[in-house]
Amino acid sequence: MERKTPLYEEHIKANGKIVPFAGYLLPIQYEQGLIAEHNAVRTKAGMFDVSHMGEIICEGKDALANLQLLLTNDFEKMVDGQAKYSPMCNEQGGTIDDLIAYKKSENEFLLVVNASNKDKDFKWMLAHQFGEVTFTDVSDDYAQIAVQGPKAMEILGRMTTEESIPKKYYHAVFDGNVAGVPCIVSKTGYTGEDGVELYLKSEDAVELWQALLKEGKEDGLIPCGLGARDTLRMEAGMPLYGHEMNEEITPIEVGLKFAVKLKKDNFIGKKAMEEMGEPKRQRVGLKVTGRGIVREEAEVFVDGQMIGHTTSGTHCPYLGHPYAMALIQSEYAQIGSEVQVVVRGRIIEAVVCEQPFYKKGM
Amino acid sequence: MDVREGLLYTKSHEWIKMDGEIAWIGLTDFAQSELGNIVFVNLPEEDDSVIVGESFADVESVKAVSDVFSPVSGNVIEINEELQDSPEKINEEPYEAWFVKIGDVTDKEEFLTASEYEAFLAKENH
Repeated sequence: MERKTPLYEEHIKANGKIVPFAGYLLPIQYEQGLIAEHNAVRTKAGMFDVSHMGEIICEGKDALANLQLLLTNDFEKMVDGQAKYSPMCNEQGGTIDDLIAYKKSENEFLLVVNASNKDKDFKWMLAHQFGEVTFTDVSDDYAQIAVQGPKAMEILGRMTTEESIPKKYYHAVFDGNVAGVPCIVSKTGYTGEDGVELYLKSEDAVELWQALLKEGKEDGLIPCGLGARDTLRMEAGMPLYGHEMNEEITPIEVGLKFAVKLKKDNFIGKKAMEEMGEPKRQRVGLKVTGRGIVREEAEVFVDGQMIGHTTSGTHCPYLGHPYAMALIQSEYAQIGSEVQVVVRGRIIEAVVCEQPFYKKGM
Repeated sequence: MDVREGLLYTKSHEWIKMDGEIAWIGLTDFAQSELGNIVFVNLPEEDDSVIVGESFADVESVKAVSDVFSPVSGNVIEINEELQDSPEKINEEPYEAWFVKIGDVTDKEEFLTASEYEAFLAKENH
């Protein structure tokens, strides 16, 4: 049985088309449709109910040491409120999940994980914890609303004080307040645009959702569903767990080397990744040059030889063109390589291109 | 949901306009609204034969690809090339956005009238 987020009734009121996703009932799109929602985020502003995301608190004298072992990124030398993206790997270097870790204070971190992986992640953390540390799954206590787009900060600015707005990207204000609602204001997102992610108590979610919608209306802010969330992250070249990443794929193959600190003393998966060396396959962006849309799980060929498969793919609404991501043999990964993708028995031509497909302000 | 009088319908949400011996085929308003923004259409070629109940085209929305099934058997005498450049027409004017005209019709499935299709939609949505 799927669960409802605290904003479920708001989605129904706004004629959201509800689908089950990661154990929750969430809107895939609203009345205006995916393309309008996607483009609202690119040109004005959009807001998303991402309350399904999992939140885990890691606290105690050894919290930092535990994260250093569990996660591939380096969490030393962070200031309070700072956030870092990190994969979490198994001993083989495969990716268990990717997450954002916020440093709240010296001995307390907030980990935000993918909804579909939350239980698995939590078990993994408990199985590997050591010293003085407590992991607590607080997912049910938190709702999350993402406000994204070129107008997002302006709208938010009218609803809060300067102290509630993080000064820098990938920083958060833990004791923020927006429209009278206490929340964590985080300058992060999954769309390739400016904006914030707001973490708040579930019981306050409806109030803040309505306040945001009202305040942002004249700026063109609209609610956006999971469909636009996926096309936006895809256009912005961001990998998604379960597509670009899984337990058989290392973060280095996905192109996440910036978040894998092999110089760190030790972390789970380090040895395996060191032994692997340069990746034999890697994630690339594909621009479709033939006719049609390439989606995930399509085989990719060069000269009749299979070199990999696509991991995501769609029509990118803002660019107005189909793109895909693929995991292919590294020798074919250079920009400009021509490949053939087989879609429903038909060959569609594509070329390896730069990622992200879309850059802010392009 | 718009259902037009004078057209025939299938349970897989195609509409058929019988123009003498020629069948015009398209997707219903219900179908387009379920699919969402359509961004690509793959049509057969002229002179291709189509078989009742089999896929003759596909439409791609941002999220998914869906087959379009032929409600008749026959030969493609014309395709609507405009849809290849402007697939959004299917969302905007589903009953103007015909996909193909089929001639030499040898077989048909059991069509629904407008009121039967409306009743079918009402039942499906419960």
